[in-house]
Amino acid sequence: MFVFIAEFLIAIALVVSGVFGFVGAYGLIKLQDTVQRLHAPTKATTLGVGGVLIASIIFFYLDKGYVSVHELLISLFLFLTAPITANFIAKTYMARNLQPRELPDCAGDYGWSIYDDPPSSRPDN
Amino acid sequence: MIQAALIFAAGCYAIALLLNLWRIAVGPDAADRILALDTMVINVIALLVLYGVWRGTAMYFEAAMLIAMVGFVSTVAYCRFLLRGDIIE
Repeated sequence: MFVFIAEFLIAIALVVSGVFGFVGAYGLIKLQDTVQRLHAPTKATTLGVGGVLIASIIFFYLDKGYVSVHELLISLFLFLTAPITANFIAKTYMARNLQPRELPDCAGDYGWSIYDDPPSSRPDN
Repeated sequence: MIQAALIFAAGCYAIALLLNLWRIAVGPDAADRILALDTMVINVIALLVLYGVWRGTAMYFEAAMLIAMVGFVSTVAYCRFLLRGDIIE
């Protein structure tokens, strides 16, 4: 009975993660604008990989009898790096396609970091 | 039951890889292509873990971990190159 429940959980996690991965790639095709397209892969696909890793954790616990830490490492790494890559890609898009006058005023002292040099590298400091 | 779910998930990720390839071919901006490449890396990680579950071996986790690290570093390098014209300033 325990084995059946575990296999059921593995199958559910695998199907849900496959659907999430497909939705992420479909959003990459379907959405209109680059900044809109940034949403689908960075959220849905990362969640899909998380589902695959949950299924893998349960499967190897059932198969070998111990909880493997590798999956936790991979999922932690992916969940940490997905926002960073999304931020970098958004900055790249802004630097290539937007002018500074199209953007709202940033409330800080130095302006947008994409268009202006950091204050420590300016000659008057 | 696990076999059928594995086949379903692997098929989903294979179709997702093809869609990402389409986005790389169409573009239109370089940021789109970087995003599609990053998504391809994540999908390949998922496929590797699925293959490891299919074979019942834990050997593929190191490969998945390495691909995750190399994919992150390459995405950041692409973006740095397009942002600043240089990778390491």
